[in-house]
Order: sequence, then C-alpha cells, then structure tokens
Amino acid sequence: MFMDVILLLDSTVRLATPLLLTALAGLYAERSGVFDIGLEGKLLAAAFAAAATAALTGSPWLGALSGMVVAIAFALVHGAACITFRGNQIVSGVAINFLAAGLTVLLGQSWFQQGGRTPPLMGEGRFETITLPLAETVRDVPILGPIYSELLSGHYLLVYVAFLAAPFSWWVLYRTRFGLRLRAVGENPAAVDTAGISVAGLRYLAMVCAGILCGLAGSYLAIAQSAGFVKDMSAGKGFIALAALIFSKWRPVQVMGTCLLFGFLDAAAIRLQGKDLPLIGEAPVQLIQALPYILTVVLLAGFIGKAIPPRAGGTPYVKER
Amino acid sequence: MIRTLFAAASALALGAVAAQAELKPAVIYDHGGKFDKSFNEAAYTGAEQFKSETGVEYQEFEIQNDAQREQALRRFAQRGADPIVAIGFSFAAALEKVAPEFPDSHFAIVDMVVDQPNVRSIVFKEEEGSYLVGIMAAMASETGKVGFIGGMDIPLIRKFECGYKGGVASVGGVDVLANMTGTTPAAWNDPARGTELAKSQFAEGADVVYHAAGGTGIGVIQAAADEGKLAIGVDSNQNGLAPGSVLTSMLKRVDVAVYDTFMDVKNDEWSAGFSVFGLAEDGVGVAMDEHNKDLVSTEMLNAVEAAKAAIIAGEVSVHDYMSDSACPY
Repeated sequence: MFMDVILLLDSTVRLATPLLLTALAGLYAERSGVFDIGLEGKLLAAAFAAAATAALTGSPWLGALSGMVVAIAFALVHGAACITFRGNQIVSGVAINFLAAGLTVLLGQSWFQQGGRTPPLMGEGRFETITLPLAETVRDVPILGPIYSELLSGHYLLVYVAFLAAPFSWWVLYRTRFGLRLRAVGENPAAVDTAGISVAGLRYLAMVCAGILCGLAGSYLAIAQSAGFVKDMSAGKGFIALAALIFSKWRPVQVMGTCLLFGFLDAAAIRLQGKDLPLIGEAPVQLIQALPYILTVVLLAGFIGKAIPPRAGGTPYVKER
Repeated sequence: MIRTLFAAASALALGAVAAQAELKPAVIYDHGGKFDKSFNEAAYTGAEQFKSETGVEYQEFEIQNDAQREQALRRFAQRGADPIVAIGFSFAAALEKVAPEFPDSHFAIVDMVVDQPNVRSIVFKEEEGSYLVGIMAAMASETGKVGFIGGMDIPLIRKFECGYKGGVASVGGVDVLANMTGTTPAAWNDPARGTELAKSQFAEGADVVYHAAGGTGIGVIQAAADEGKLAIGVDSNQNGLAPGSVLTSMLKRVDVAVYDTFMDVKNDEWSAGFSVFGLAEDGVGVAMDEHNKDLVSTEMLNAVEAAKAAIIAGEVSVHDYMSDSACPY
C-alpha cells in the first residue's frame, strides 16, 4: 500500500513536469501583459525541434537547445504581433497553435519521410534518468528509503529543473528589480513608461523567458519522457497549463501546487481505471477521465475564488492616442 | 504566355484523365495518419503493393478532423474515384449518407458494417489474433501478470482486449491488467500517456503488455524497452520498433484487404456485402521475424500453432465482444 502511494506520487511528478514548465512560461508572458494562448503551439514546436535535432546530432543537449531556440522564435513572432504591431493577442496565439501543428508535421514529413514523426531515439540522443547519490544504499530504510530512492531519485534532469524553476520564478518576480518591473508592466504599463523604462523591451524579455521554458517543456516531452516526436504529441498540455495558471491566480509557487494536483489526478486516473471502487463498482473510464475536470470546476467555483488576471493583460500598450 | 501555359496544362490533365479512365482507386485514412506504424500504415502498404504490381496510381487523403470524412468521400466520388476504401469504423455514418448518392461507385469500409448495395464491409476477427498473442504473453510472463493498453475506449478495442484475455485465460494462472488511454480520438496519438500507462502496469507487476492504441502504442513499446520488459505490437509488424523488447505483433492484414478490394474492382470481381478476415483467411496472425526469434520459445510457437489450428477447425471459438458487449473471460 505504501509503495503504491510512492509510485503514484512518482508518476505525479513525471506528469506534472511538462505542465509546470509550460505554466511558468505562461506566467512570465501574462504577468507582463501579453496573453498567451499559443503555449500549446510553442510546446509542440519545441518538442519537434528537440526531437529532430537530437535525432540528427545524437545529442540531447543540442536537442534541448534547439527546442529553446525554436520556442523563443515562436514567442518572438507572438511578441511582434502583439507588442510591436498591437494585434489581438488571442488571435495571434491561436495562429501560433495552428502554425505549429501544421509546420511540425510538414517539416517532419519532408525531412524524415515518416509521416511527421521523427526517427525513434535509441540510447544516446535522449536524456537519461539521474540516480541521486546513495539512492541504492538507502532503498531498504523504512519509509524514508523508498521516498528518497523512488520518489526523489531516478528522474530526468528536466524534472529537477522544472521544480527548481518554480521557486526561482518566485524569487525573480518578487525579489528582483526585473520582476518588479515585469509585474508593473502587466498592471500599469503607463506608470512603467513614465518611469522611463521601455514597456516593449520588458514585454519582449518576458516573451523570451516564456520561450525558454516552453522549449524545456517540449524537450522533456520529446527527448526525455518519449523517444521522438509524434504529431500532436502535446495533446492539449498547453491548454491544461493555461488552466493551471489561471487556477493559481498567476503566482509561481501556487502554479507548482496546481500542476502537481493536475498531475496527481491524471496519475490517479490511470491507476483507478478498471478497479472496483466502493459504491459504484468498477470505475468507468469516462468517469475517471472526467474527474480532473470535475474537480477543477468544483475547486474553482467553491474554494479558490475569483481569479483576477493582470490588469493590462490582453491590451497592447499605446503611448499616446 | 499564360494562355499557352493554361492550354498545355489542360491538355496534360486531359491526357491524365484518359490514361486512368478505367480505374482510379482511392483510400482515405483515419486519424493517426498514414504513417502511424500501425493500422493506417497497413492500408498504405496494401495500396502501395497494388500500385507497384499493376502500375495504377491511387489517390489518398488523410483526414484532419471528423467533418472531413463526408467531404472526402463525396469529393472522391464526384471526381470519379473508384473504388473508394475508407479506413476505420468512424467513416460508417458518413458512408451511410454518401454511398446512396453515388450508386455506380464502389465503396469499402474497414472495421465496420455499412448496409448499402454498393458497399463492401471489411471486418476482421481481431479477437482471434489477439487470442494467439494472449497465449504468447501468458507463456512469456514470469510474474504471472500481463497487461493490455487500448486506445480510445470503443467496442472495437474491447474486442481486442477480450480476445487477448481469452488467450491468456486458456494458458491459465495469469492475470490481465487492462487500461484504456482515453475516450476521444486524441487517445490514438498520445505516446506520453502510453508510456505512463505502461509504467503503471509494470509497477503493478505486469511484464508483458499488449497495446491496441495506434500512435499511443509507440510510447508503450518505448516504456517496455526502457524498463527491460516486453511489449506486443498491433496491426502492422512492430517487432522492429524496439528489437528485443517486442515479443510479437498481432497482425491485422488491412493491407491484404485494401489490395484485394482494389484488385477485385480491377478484375471485375467486385462483390458488396460482408468480407470477413479471420485466422482461416490469414487476415489476422502473429508476426515472426529476425527481431523477435530469440524471444519466442518453441513451446510458445507450438501452442500458437495448436490454437490456430483449433480455431480454424472450429474446436475453439473465441468470443466476439461486439456480438453482446460482454467479455466472458
């Protein structure tokens, strides 16, 4: 029983990682006043770039790097449309999603002739799991042993990066000058402008941060968790991350909690399938799969309260009319 | 200049039409796409085989959303494509509507029955092939637990599951863990979830996992390779996806079905109605090649051959889930 719980939490961590990185990416973008529906597209594009590069070079590091570069490029396209040309942020984000969904398959097909998939990565070319020091020695220690050796050890590097990125983002947002300005530009860009700081510059910087994090999330999907790109492999994770961001009211540490909750529900859903539950008998797949969403609605409506987005979010900044 | 080009282009087009006037086969793939290394790819293989043997070009289309099913069928029929093979049960409703509009065209649908005078309904006895791989899984398992991972939760996939359970039960003493990936078409293309499902079954003690999940199954096979366990592929021969980690693949010869349909129209031997592919017709089976010969023991092969003979002879009948929406095993 105890071991089951540990394995459930272990799976939670694996499933929460891409959500967490993507949600943090959205956090930077939206805190700066640029709504980012295009998280899904950036995630997908980064996954493809990472898998393609890793397949060609055999190096996961170059893969992750190119994942980040491509995600940043997509983020800057979104930035150019929304910040410089003052376009509609939602429309631009949707366009990014469509662009990524089509482009990845098209390029994949013309480069690898496998119907938009990249060649499966074997051995090198893929990140390996990291075993923390002494994980094997302490495995037999009761309670703490399994927690350390199963739950904390044996994940991919990007998992640790993701869970460090959350507190780091908190520190950046609330304890650095950049963070203060970033929050200010999302609430009241006119005030930031009056203080002589470039609104556009700050927002572009936020988009770059979002690109880096989406790049890491995509790399995790394609070259750590899976071994290669499959079309549409992001499977809506960008949107779930967006929901997590709203759920946690655009705050980094809460984002981590929410993503862990979503990951936990997902992991639990996988394990509850086909099990006999008290009262209702064997759990139907449909019910189990709807559970995370039902819980989201209930929690949002009943316990979390109103989620207020950054005040300047969604509107391009115009200096003078 | 433009006018000359246009004239040349239309002359070319006319020429092309004249050359292919007698036969213009078309195939429409389902979600997952033609290179899913599984179900749709088998159809593609069959169409390619027809092309290389007869030299007749065929047309194809991969749908991107459900609204395109009816559009694609009608568009192909309007352009005179014949026969038109729709791959996948989800085309049934669209075909039911389009087929009567083009009574002179020949249609075929794989995995579903559409009762129209110009439609051939091709169904497979997946339960029989799954029964055979169930036997192999149960014999290969050392832990006494084997797994099944389905794609979208539909009766067709339950049919795979039920046949597999039957095969496992026939060996005895082995439990089956079964999971479905989801309830929407996205479940066919989510390898990350496939990996996670497989890992959870491995954690519960399973050491052989059979997937019937299209592109999601690539994640299942990946998980088996990562954890040193065994996976069983489906539809196409997937033994080579991770050599040494794929015990076998349950072949569903959609390629044969597509090839036969094209050929029948070409040779004027077309027939509408039911076309059933089971073990007896070599429509389903297990894949053996150089990638898995070290994994499969002689006893396993003997058991599979014995079961196959018994099923063909009618001594063993494998339950078809879709006949009563229940699995007795």
